[in-house]
Amino acid sequence: MEFIRNLPFIGIFLCMSTGVINSVLDGKWAKKVSFTVITANLFMSILVLYYVWQTKQSYIYVMGHHPAPWGNEIRFGILEGAFATFFCLIMLLSVLGGVKRLEEDISEKRSNLYYVLVNLLMAAILALTYTNDLFTAYVFVEIMTIGACGIIVIRGEGRSLLASVKYMIMSLLGSGLILIGLTLIYDLTGHLLMSNIQEAAQQLVKSGQYQVPFTSAIALISVGLAMKSALFPFHSWLPDAYTYATSASSAILSSLVSKAYIFLLIKIYYRVIGLSIIFQNKILNILFLFGIAGMIFGSLSAIRQDDLKKMIAYSSVAQIGYIYMGIGLGTTAGMLAAVFHIMSHAASKSMMFLSASGLSQVSGRSCNYRKLIGAAHRNRIAGFAFLVGAFSMVGIPMTAGYISKVYFAQAAIQAPYQFKMIITVITLGISTILNAVYFIRALIVIYQPLKGQKQGADGRRDFRMAVALWALVVTNLFLGMHSDAVVDLLRAGLRMFC
Amino acid sequence: MSKVRKDYEQSKWHRFSQWLNGEMPVEYKSSPEWHLTDEELSKKYEEDMERAKTAQRKEARLYAKYRSWPEEKGVHIYERVYRILAVLICLAVIGSLLITVSYLPEFGNSDNPVNNEVSKRYIEQGIQETGAVNIVTGMILDYRAFDTFGESHVLFIAVSCVFIILRLGIGKEKNIEDEKAKEAENDRLLEPKNDKILQKAAFFLVPIIFIFGIYVILFGHLSPGGGFSGGAIIGAGLILYLDAYGFQKTERFFTLKTFRVVSLAGLLTYAAAKSYSFFTGANHIKSIIPLGIPGHILSSGLILVLNICVGAVVSCTMYAFYVLFRKGDF
Amino acid sequence: MGANLFHNYYETVAVILFGIGFTTLLLHRNMIKKIIGLNIMDTAVYLFLAAKGYIEGRMAPIVVNGIQKQEAYINPIPSGLVLTGIVVSVSVTAVMLALTIRLYRRYGSLDVDEISMKAKKEER
Repeated sequence: MEFIRNLPFIGIFLCMSTGVINSVLDGKWAKKVSFTVITANLFMSILVLYYVWQTKQSYIYVMGHHPAPWGNEIRFGILEGAFATFFCLIMLLSVLGGVKRLEEDISEKRSNLYYVLVNLLMAAILALTYTNDLFTAYVFVEIMTIGACGIIVIRGEGRSLLASVKYMIMSLLGSGLILIGLTLIYDLTGHLLMSNIQEAAQQLVKSGQYQVPFTSAIALISVGLAMKSALFPFHSWLPDAYTYATSASSAILSSLVSKAYIFLLIKIYYRVIGLSIIFQNKILNILFLFGIAGMIFGSLSAIRQDDLKKMIAYSSVAQIGYIYMGIGLGTTAGMLAAVFHIMSHAASKSMMFLSASGLSQVSGRSCNYRKLIGAAHRNRIAGFAFLVGAFSMVGIPMTAGYISKVYFAQAAIQAPYQFKMIITVITLGISTILNAVYFIRALIVIYQPLKGQKQGADGRRDFRMAVALWALVVTNLFLGMHSDAVVDLLRAGLRMFC
Repeated sequence: MSKVRKDYEQSKWHRFSQWLNGEMPVEYKSSPEWHLTDEELSKKYEEDMERAKTAQRKEARLYAKYRSWPEEKGVHIYERVYRILAVLICLAVIGSLLITVSYLPEFGNSDNPVNNEVSKRYIEQGIQETGAVNIVTGMILDYRAFDTFGESHVLFIAVSCVFIILRLGIGKEKNIEDEKAKEAENDRLLEPKNDKILQKAAFFLVPIIFIFGIYVILFGHLSPGGGFSGGAIIGAGLILYLDAYGFQKTERFFTLKTFRVVSLAGLLTYAAAKSYSFFTGANHIKSIIPLGIPGHILSSGLILVLNICVGAVVSCTMYAFYVLFRKGDF
Repeated sequence: MGANLFHNYYETVAVILFGIGFTTLLLHRNMIKKIIGLNIMDTAVYLFLAAKGYIEGRMAPIVVNGIQKQEAYINPIPSGLVLTGIVVSVSVTAVMLALTIRLYRRYGSLDVDEISMKAKKEER
C-alpha cells in the first residue's frame, strides 16, 4: 500500500496529540503548534485528494488488524477529501483572522487552552468527515459538542455563559436522540459499520421486516443532527452563541461545527441508509418544510436586529434552511446543491463574522448600527470583505452564493413533486428579497460617508485579519467563478459516496 | 452641498437614512392654524389639553395594567401552559418510542439480528487475536480501539472545558483578587475540622481502595473491570483522602503539575501505542508485540499498557474535577 | 402496535425513562434538574443497550474454562458501547455542572428563565 494512504489517519492523530501537548505549553507556543498542525493537515488532505482524483477510486483504511465488520475503519473518497481540505482551510483562516481579538478577549494564561480546543475540534471534524463507522461518529460528535461549548464560554462574560448553557442543552438533547437512533439501527441490522449497515438495511426493506423501527431510527438521527446544526425550530441557541462568542469562535461555529453535522447527516443518508430508501422516506418532507420555514423566519428575524453580529447569526438560520431544503428535495441534484451550499455558506459566513469583528474594532467595540456608521471607511478591508460576503448571501453573480442559488433552482425544477418545485422557487425568490433588504441596509450603514471624522482614526491595522479576509474573499470568488470545476469534483464525490 | 432642498428634513430619503441609522423619524406638523382668532385658538388649545390629559391618564392606566400583567396573571398562565406542554411533549416522545419498541425484535432471543458473525468472531477468536480473556476489554481496546481512543479524548476535552469555566479570573480581571479571597474563605468552611472518625476511617480505607483500584486496572483483561472503572475507583480514594486530611496533605504529592504530567504522559503513550497498531494493521505489517499466554497478567499485548494509561488519566481527571468544583483552582 | 410491547419490557421501561429525561432536560427551568434529566436520559439509553445485548440463559462475555462458543456468552458489543457511552456522559455532566456553578456565582440563581431576564436587564 502506498504511504500516501496513511495521511488521513496521521492527520487525525497529529491533531489529537498536539491538542494534548498544547495543554502544557504556554499560549504563544500553543498558537504556533496549532497553526503548524492545521496547515500540515491542509496540505496532507490536498495531497490525498489529488491521489484519489488520480486513481478515481475511494479507499478504506482499516484502523487496526481486523477487517470490515469487526474493526474500525476510515474511508477516503473525493467528497471527503474536498471537505477535509475545505474545512482545514476555513479553520486556519478563521483562527488567523480572529487571533488579535482573541488575545484581547482571553487572558494570556488561558490562551493555550483555546488552542487545545481548536486542535481537538479540528481532529473531531476530520474524523467525522472520514469515519466509516456510526459509533465513532457519535463519539466525535460529543467531542465537537464539548469543544464548541468551550470556545463559546472562553470569553468569560455573563452572556457567553448563558449562551453556552443554551447551546449545551440543545446539543445534548440532540446527542440523546442520535444515540438512541443509533442503538435502534444497531439492533435492527447488527452492524455499526456504514457499508455493512447499508447491505443489511437493503435486505430489511426487501423483506419488509421492521419497517416501523427503521423509519423511526432514521427520524431520530435526522432530528438529532438537525438540532445540533440549528435547523429552524431548534435554532434558539444559535443567535446568542454566535453573538457573544469571540469572533474566531463565531466563525468556527458557524462555518465548521454546524456544517460538519450536516455533512455527517448527508453521509448517513448516502452510506448508512442508502439513497433509494431515503428518497422514499417521509422524513425528508419534514426536513424540507423546516428548511423552508427557516429560510423565511430566519430572514424576518434578521431584519429586526439592530446588532450586526446578531443579524449575521439570524441569517445563518436562514442559510441552514437552504441546505436542509436542498436535502429535503429528495433528489441527487438537491443533494449536490446542498453540498455546494455548505461550502459557499461556510466561506461567506466565516468572512462575515471576521469582518464584523474588524468593523466593530474601529467603532468602539460595538456592533450596533448607530456606532457602525461609516465603519467601512475606517477599516477598508473589513468593509470590502463584508461587501463580498453580503453579495454572496444575496446571490449577486460572480460570488459563491449565486452559484448555489442557481443549483438550488435547477434542483427544484427537476424535483419529482410539483408542489415541492413551486414552493422552492417561490421561497427562493422571497428569501432572496429579504436577504437583500437586510444586507443592503447593513451595507449602506457601513459605507455612509462621514465628514469631520478622520479616516482610519483608531486602532492599528490588523495584518493577520487582513490576510485572512483577503484569502476568504479569494476563496469565495473562486467558488463563484470556477464553480464548474468544484461542482464536477463534488458530483464525482457524491457518485463515489453511494 | 450647493443644492440642498429646503424641505430636506421632510424628504423620504432623509427619513430612509434615519431608519438606516436606527433613529426614529421625527414627525413634522404641517399647516399651523394661523387663520383662527386668538379666542378660538385658546379655546382650542384648552380642549386639546383636556383631551391630552384624559388620553394620558388612560394610557397610564393601560400601561400599568400592561406592566403588571406578566407578574400578576401572565406568570400563572405561562406556567400552566408550560406544564401542559411539558406533559404533552413527554407523552408524545414516549408514545412514539413505545410504538417503535413494540415492533422491535424479541428480547433475549438468540435469533435476533444483533447476534451475527460480528459477535461470533469476537467471542470465538477473541482470545487468539487479542489475548484478552475479558472479551469486552478485547473488543473496546483492540477491535474497536478508535472509538475508545476518541472517548479518552472526550474526557480530556471535558477537563479542559471545566478548567476554562471554573479557574478563577474568568470574569473581569479586576475581580480576581476578591473572588480568590472569597473562594478561600468558602473553602475554609469545607476544610476538615480534623474529624477523628473520618480520618481514622480514611486511614484504613484509602489504601484498600487504592489497592482495589490498581487490581481492577491490572486485571482488566482477565476479569470485569479495566482502565476506566479502576481509574474511577482510585479517583474516589483520592477524593476521600482529600476530604479527610485537607489540601495541605494532598498537595504534597498532587498538584496541577502532577495532573498535567500524568494526563499528558498517559494520553501520549496511548496515542503512540494505538498509532503503532493502527499503522501496522493498515499496512499489513505484522505487529511485533507478543500476545503472551491468555490468562496471565503479562499478556494480551498492548491492552495492559492501554489500561494502565487510561486508569492513570481517569483517576487524575476525577480528582481534578473534584478539586476544581470545590476550590476553582488547584 | 406490534406484538412485542410487553415482551420487551426492558426496552419499554427504557424508552419511558428516556422520554421523562428528555422532557426534563428540555423543559425544566432549574439547571440541576436539567442535569438530572440528562443523566436519566443517558442511563435509559444504556439500559436499552444492555437489554439489547442480553440473551436468555447465557453468561457474561469473560471466557472461563476455555469455552469459546458463541452459544455460551451474551453479545459483547452493547456492553462495550455502554462503557464508551458512560464516559461520554460523565464528561458532559461535569461540563454542565461547571457551567451551573459559574452561572450561580454570576447571577445568583439556578432558574434559566430568571437568569436570562437578569442578563437582558443588565444589557440595557
